[in-house]
Amino acid sequence: MKFKLKIWRQKNNQDKGAFKTYDLDGVSSDMSFLEMIDVLNEQLIEKDEDPVHFDHDCREGICGMCSMYINGEPHGPLKGVTTCQLHMRSFQDGETITIEPWRAKAFPVVKDLAVDRSAFDRVIQAGGYVSVNTGGTPDANEIPIPKSVADEAFDAATCIGCGACVAACKNASAMLFVSAKISQLSMLPQGQVERAERAQKMVAQMDAEGFGACTNTGACSAECPKGIDLSNIARMNREFLSAKVGSQE
Amino acid sequence: MNLESKIPEGPLAEKWTNHKFNVKLVNPANKRKYDVIVVGTGLAGASAAASLAELGYNVKSFCFQDSPRRAHSIAAQGGINAAKNYQNDGDSVFRLFYDTIKGGDYRSREANVYRLAEVSVNIIDQCVAQGVPFAREYGGLLANRSFGGAQVSRTFYARGQTGQQLLLGAYSALSRQIANGKVELFPRTEMLDLVMVDGKARGIVTRNLVTGKIESHSAHAVVLATGGYGNVFYLSTNAMGSNVTAAWRAHRKGALMANPCYTQIHPTCIPVSGDHQSKLTLMSESLRNDGRVWVPATKELAEKIRKKEIHPNDLSEDERDYYLERKYPAFGNLVPRDVASRNAKYVCDEGRGVNETGKAVYLDFRDAIKRDGEDVIAGKYGNLFDMYKQITGSNPYKEPMTIFPAVHYTMGGLWVDYNLKTNIDGLYATGESNFSDHGANRLGASALMQGLADGYFVIPYTIGNYLAGEKYEKVGTDHEAFKEAEKAVKDNIDKLLSIKGSKSVDQYHKELGKIMWDYCGMSRTGEGLKKAKEMIKELRADFWKNVKVLGSNEEFNSSLEKASRVSDFLELGELMIDDALHREESCGGHFREEHQTPEGEAKRNDEDFAYVAAWEYTGPEKPETLHKEQLIFENVKLTQRSYK
Repeated sequence: MKFKLKIWRQKNNQDKGAFKTYDLDGVSSDMSFLEMIDVLNEQLIEKDEDPVHFDHDCREGICGMCSMYINGEPHGPLKGVTTCQLHMRSFQDGETITIEPWRAKAFPVVKDLAVDRSAFDRVIQAGGYVSVNTGGTPDANEIPIPKSVADEAFDAATCIGCGACVAACKNASAMLFVSAKISQLSMLPQGQVERAERAQKMVAQMDAEGFGACTNTGACSAECPKGIDLSNIARMNREFLSAKVGSQE
Repeated sequence: MNLESKIPEGPLAEKWTNHKFNVKLVNPANKRKYDVIVVGTGLAGASAAASLAELGYNVKSFCFQDSPRRAHSIAAQGGINAAKNYQNDGDSVFRLFYDTIKGGDYRSREANVYRLAEVSVNIIDQCVAQGVPFAREYGGLLANRSFGGAQVSRTFYARGQTGQQLLLGAYSALSRQIANGKVELFPRTEMLDLVMVDGKARGIVTRNLVTGKIESHSAHAVVLATGGYGNVFYLSTNAMGSNVTAAWRAHRKGALMANPCYTQIHPTCIPVSGDHQSKLTLMSESLRNDGRVWVPATKELAEKIRKKEIHPNDLSEDERDYYLERKYPAFGNLVPRDVASRNAKYVCDEGRGVNETGKAVYLDFRDAIKRDGEDVIAGKYGNLFDMYKQITGSNPYKEPMTIFPAVHYTMGGLWVDYNLKTNIDGLYATGESNFSDHGANRLGASALMQGLADGYFVIPYTIGNYLAGEKYEKVGTDHEAFKEAEKAVKDNIDKLLSIKGSKSVDQYHKELGKIMWDYCGMSRTGEGLKKAKEMIKELRADFWKNVKVLGSNEEFNSSLEKASRVSDFLELGELMIDDALHREESCGGHFREEHQTPEGEAKRNDEDFAYVAAWEYTGPEKPETLHKEQLIFENVKLTQRSYK
């Protein structure tokens, strides 16, 4: 297969950045999208040109490190997959493909397609945990959890923190990411003690990081490679509201 | 050099309890006077950093990814073992210990493995308390399944994402300590050297991967939790960034590297599709609970399938050879990984492989779907089936999956004693980066167990014993030892950038990987290993003359990162070959064709090789010195492993 690639090149955070176009031939339909960039990079190195930088690691769709907009969509055209799990058979031979980094104020560009997502880590640090020290915990089966609850908490817990939700949102809102963690822990008995405090602190940190507001358009959920449901945002709003009301009593 | 394992006295079941009582304690008020560096944020690293910070130590945590949550532990799918006996099926700490020792082909340390089995029960409690959403039964209690190498159901799981959920649990514990100010986090930062002062580990030199800044960090102790080195094979199930650099640089500073030739080949990976391939994707071993492994009964049928003249679903029962069930009736499809992998290789070597390359066997869910219904199977493995379909374009609900073995986990690593301390004072190694618990082979669902056991429940006790004897005074990073190490790191980087040759780093890495897979992979011969040793020597010499690394140090430079890592893989590769060559026996993941039983199974030589081979670095291009730690088995009888 043959492609014309329009790729955003930006040397570093200070650089202005611009699109550059590359022609790539001899692409196999079995290649993953990242393997296709690997091939391009080998050719660039051959020509003494700086290879395209992009974040990637497990290449199994789990670590959440790979990112990038492909033709205007986070992680590309397929539903439910990360960029590393997108294969070239999903594209038309001869197609022009536009590749850009996540665009969000809270995710500054590091280089080319790599952005800084440490804002997500700081949101988790604000309360995305159960405060339990190592050791001295009760036997696991002393905390029974109905299967339906465990399953629902699990659905929220599958978020991989890739940032596609932020990238898909016209306001660069992080509501889907934050709500997934708040939902998971608010449903489980272990998360009850800090439930109200967690919702308030995580939401406050999310705002402090410069993520935008949610307008319920649902683009985040539609583009989420793990299918995190929009209902988590509703749950988070309830958690936040009841925490606010509770704290005034 | 005398390798002291420091195994505590007393009966096996009491060793750890006694040891915990006997170790020296650090007064809670004094813990804040000690600094500890933890390199790596996977299960072993994140759990260690969080637990040490909870105790009161000042922790610096390092990872090369953009966030600790990306560590490769996240990709472990299947589950984590624990001797809870919730299923009332005869499990016990001793049985988990016994299965692990036997599964490791009697090349691991009894006391370490027993401790692992003992603390396994606490791990589950800890993770549940953190809110890790394990699978549940309808009554609300935890669900279990069975895994390769075991006849009891002791594996706890979270759909096919157990590693992810456990890592996020450890990451959240770590995040809490970062917020508390007890852990300082350094993402996108790579350790490039270990700093020794007066013979003790006192810090590390790092490179900021974004700015290229070389920095020194001082501490009273250093914990390496840097994972395995399977990427020496280029194609493996490891994440792209997984590397040996931190451990290897420590090795060059005197830490012994033990059993480097023990590589686990995982039996259920998606087969290679072409030269462009950058990594191999693992299908969880848990699939073997319900999937049946088979190949066509004859070469002729296999050939027709390869040519797509017939479809696998068309074959009748007697045209299928369920070779694992046939050869190992007691364990069937759940034989340990080394046995399953080797048998897949054999049937493909016979010409009965089923994809275009001839290197694939079937994993078939037809009977399970008929028995339990598609919904039940989708409930158990849905995401794995989706992933398989995504990668291969074929639907495993309708036709059998194809699988083939691939490099997965390295059982070798830095030598450590019972306290997880290397032979260097103040330097510890945990999880996959040490050699201690898995012997020559690893049972399924035991890697997550070891990572968390080491991080949550072992290192917090044992490191205190060391620190209690250390002075509070800090060594400043202006100390000569730091300056020297920084200079060495900078010189090495300058050298890589100055070569300006004609071959890319990836080309060298691919060549190295091919040599390792062909000659030091699923089976090895003395002759092949000798040949490979020469090939690697030549490749390494060529690398330092001809590698092309563009750009500069003072920028985000992925070629430079890779070049530095591949230069270490080139050295490690040769040591793996030396280790495989000297071990004139077959055990677990190390299969020397010269040493096999008449039935083609691995034949150990306990008389001469029941030891840990620990290698000492003696200088560039010099042969390493072999030290032996004799393995003493007091509680299990060494027998030929049989899964028939």
